[in-house]
Amino acid sequence: MTSQVTPYAIGTALQRLDGRSKVTGTAPYAFERVVDNATYLHPVQATIALGQITAIDTAEAEALDGVITILTHVNAPRLASTEDRELAVLQTDRVSFRGQLIGAVIADTPETARQAAGLVRISYAQWPHEAELSSERSDLYTPEAVNPSFPADTDEGDVDTAMSAAPVTLDTTYTTPLEYNNPMEPHTTVALWNDHELTLYDSTQGAHTVRTTVAPVIGLDPERIHVSAPHVGGGFGSKGIPHAHIVLAALAARTVEGRPVKFALTRQQMFSLAGHRTPTIQRVRLAADTDGRLSALAHDVVEWTSKVKEFAEQTAVPSRNVYAAPNRRTSHRLAALDVPVPSWMRAPGECPGMFGPEVAVDEMALKCGIDPVEFRARNEPDVDPETGKPFSSRHLVECLREGADRFGWHHRDPTPASRTERGWLVGTGVASSIYPTLRAVSTATIRVEAADHYRVDIGATDIGTGTWTALTQIAADALEVPVGHVDLRIGETAQPEASVAGGSTGNATWGTAIVEAARALQDTHGRPPEIGAEASGTTPNNPETERFAMFAHGAQFAEVRVHADTGEIRVPRMLGVFAAGRIINPRTAHSQFIGGMTMGLSMALHEVGVLDTRFGHVVNHDFAEYHIPTNADVGDIDATWIDEDDPYVNPMGAKGIGEIGIVGAAAAIANAAHHATGIRLRELPITPDALLR
Amino acid sequence: MKPFDYQRATDTDTAVATVSRNPNARYLGGGTNLVDHMKLGVSSPELLVDVSRLSSDTVETLPDGGVRVGAAVRNSDLAAEPIIRQRYPVLAHALLAGASGQLRNLATTGGNLLQRTRCVYFQDVTTPCNKREPGTGCSALDGYTRYHAVLGSSEHCVATHPSDMAVALTALDAVVHTQGPSGPRSIPVADLHRLPGDEPDRDTVLEHGELITAVDLPALPMAARSNYRKVRDRASYAFALVSVAAAVDIAGDTIRDVRIAFGGLAHKPWRATLAENALRGAPATEATFRTAADAELAEARPLSDNEFKIPMARNTLTSVLRDLTQQEGS
Repeated sequence: MTSQVTPYAIGTALQRLDGRSKVTGTAPYAFERVVDNATYLHPVQATIALGQITAIDTAEAEALDGVITILTHVNAPRLASTEDRELAVLQTDRVSFRGQLIGAVIADTPETARQAAGLVRISYAQWPHEAELSSERSDLYTPEAVNPSFPADTDEGDVDTAMSAAPVTLDTTYTTPLEYNNPMEPHTTVALWNDHELTLYDSTQGAHTVRTTVAPVIGLDPERIHVSAPHVGGGFGSKGIPHAHIVLAALAARTVEGRPVKFALTRQQMFSLAGHRTPTIQRVRLAADTDGRLSALAHDVVEWTSKVKEFAEQTAVPSRNVYAAPNRRTSHRLAALDVPVPSWMRAPGECPGMFGPEVAVDEMALKCGIDPVEFRARNEPDVDPETGKPFSSRHLVECLREGADRFGWHHRDPTPASRTERGWLVGTGVASSIYPTLRAVSTATIRVEAADHYRVDIGATDIGTGTWTALTQIAADALEVPVGHVDLRIGETAQPEASVAGGSTGNATWGTAIVEAARALQDTHGRPPEIGAEASGTTPNNPETERFAMFAHGAQFAEVRVHADTGEIRVPRMLGVFAAGRIINPRTAHSQFIGGMTMGLSMALHEVGVLDTRFGHVVNHDFAEYHIPTNADVGDIDATWIDEDDPYVNPMGAKGIGEIGIVGAAAAIANAAHHATGIRLRELPITPDALLR
Repeated sequence: MKPFDYQRATDTDTAVATVSRNPNARYLGGGTNLVDHMKLGVSSPELLVDVSRLSSDTVETLPDGGVRVGAAVRNSDLAAEPIIRQRYPVLAHALLAGASGQLRNLATTGGNLLQRTRCVYFQDVTTPCNKREPGTGCSALDGYTRYHAVLGSSEHCVATHPSDMAVALTALDAVVHTQGPSGPRSIPVADLHRLPGDEPDRDTVLEHGELITAVDLPALPMAARSNYRKVRDRASYAFALVSVAAAVDIAGDTIRDVRIAFGGLAHKPWRATLAENALRGAPATEATFRTAADAELAEARPLSDNEFKIPMARNTLTSVLRDLTQQEGS
């Protein structure tokens, strides 16, 4: 057991400490940082998908008043390392994807920079490119590992034999499309190079991650790179690791040394430069006896990566832990294409990987004539199917049962297409959620400034999730003082090194470091510690991970209405019930859950990046054409949770909740659409044309 | 985006003269479409002549019982106008189905009519497009065509017209008044927009410099029983996959008269005269509605991504006519 902090502030619905500054517009976001003598960068992007730059004519652009300089591969400073090919900007004449950064105009105003970028003439030698994903491709390969370091394939028992022996089987293919994170705040950087020191005001999920990633690329000692990101307007993974634009801004800053360079990606530019979620093709095979007990579960995934850099989404990984089935197989095959580099997007792996199997389970439940909630309960494992370890805590079935009660599931006629109200077909659906409980390593420092003033420093980030507030609550309880005595400072590399806000690890990692620092302070300096006392703490390894498998779980319920004439689909109601350890702050946690569920609704009905394979770029690259839900699309979405006591995960007993809300949401909606209409949809997004009759 | 000059027009004659003599001048209304195009490089005017304060921004009743809408009337204001809501509900509904509240507050009646296609290739200067750069080819023809035309397109262009308001105006037999270099004229809205043919760069029959000054709605008692139904990929703030504007005059169970226009199907709002002819004098039954829709859609030629538009248009028209004919009589 991990020694637990006694919750006092933890568990209270404290209002966001940064809320007032955000709604009054005084919280500084990266691009708004006030700097003297600013310059503005507008990039030049490749308009071919593969080839070589043969000529660049910058004369017309350079002739514009206000243009300071134009960088291309011809004149850009050399980078110290080009090992990370995504970050190796302006180092060769090679074009590897459409939209790649191939130049930068630095000018006195953003308008001039943009106009000049449009006047840079590029000539290319164009080569045939490949941008089409298919499970029939002959060049599919098995990655060495999938994100971050899971084996690509697993095989236990004998799936094929179990499939041929079982009375009920299913073998179907599901697809999820190319998707984009699209945080509200675009990726922005202000870079200032001065006397071998680089300052970056950046919109990032991790100030220290930017420092440690960028340092070797540009050849600066990490201590000479200063990153500041106190407020970030969303990331959803796309700001988890620095992308090429940050290196471009740094190169530009070096070129105009002494003047800050401001660079904000446009929404269109984000579609080629800020990562994306690969499309997935998921073959799911299930075998069960007539009582609905699974004897086999196989999940074989085909997806893409970029030839520039490999990112292998761990789509089949959740199938290793969710349900008991003695014969299990998972695999990942990749096509390396001439496309931009994919990356993390909210719940990489679990989010797309719980779509196929959770629709398949719904199909199997129907085949077996068993209620989908009951079917899932019957396949609840006693121990983690992958490792054989017990779960530190697992309440998936409780979430399903609690959700069924609250949602009114029991009144449901299971027959598809059996309920119509005023021209709308009505149905309900359910799916399970799972997300691993992980943590990284960070360091926190606490200093007693006065009897009622504890300064807590840690380089954590708040990407809109509530970190400012939740860490203050954790620090207060760790120090056994009121929250008003805690003076939290986050978001800067000047603070002790902290991990990225990703993998739902933030509070677990940073909170544990703060608890360690508080205990060190009390151990060394007594209670209360004297003014001026200071101590540090670092997240330790958790020995309990040797004994236990650790996951958060949840159940998602959705009501769907489909117009009988037009096929229009609406989701008037969603309910999520989660079991995620102790909830630090019910107010911010509820927002995280319903935010994830809303993004799952978006995945279910709206999001698809349309890649025109002839050109190699996403043609619907703006918010008019790449749809996310409007307010009118979002009905009554609610989330609640089960009190879950887990003394093994960390001193707060808390599991990460930033991602689990999106997991399973799309499957619940697809299952509800089937219940409403009798039409089984295995391809996302679900649009009216697919439901026309 | 390149620098441009801006002038605020003080009178119509000067505005028309100014724009007419400069091929790179454009009128500026609400700017909700043109300014986007300037940012994207789709349009690079040298001079903008702001007519948003020039034309009338009032809605007035005409002696013949019709209604005149000034070209500068904002979409939000027109949708809220009591006379429009009572006598032409199809127009109010169409306006409210368009864009977002913020955009409707800016967009003008004249400008809405002249908005350009949302074809993704037209809006992206890195891809060929005959409408944007004549002779470069149509990227949509073998590309992404979910929102594209199934009626009246050509091998040169398969774009659709994006306006909702224009679909309602077409069904209502509205007439546009213009002031141009050759003087004033009146054009039925149904004839304002063109089919692409081999000149897809020309959206309308207007000459360069010709300014829309007002739109007249005829006195049309049957328009009191009218509706606009827009089917789209999300509940708000999306362009139509298919839309239907319809007005019905019904006596007993018989359709005495009917007006129908489709949106989302063609390069212009599509007046469904074949469907109207099939419905006049026919009984108001589900079968009649479907037969009428099929008559209009017989010539439809779908592209790779939009075959669904044909059944969707048929079902939507059927749905609208069912609702209108089952309403309590007016």
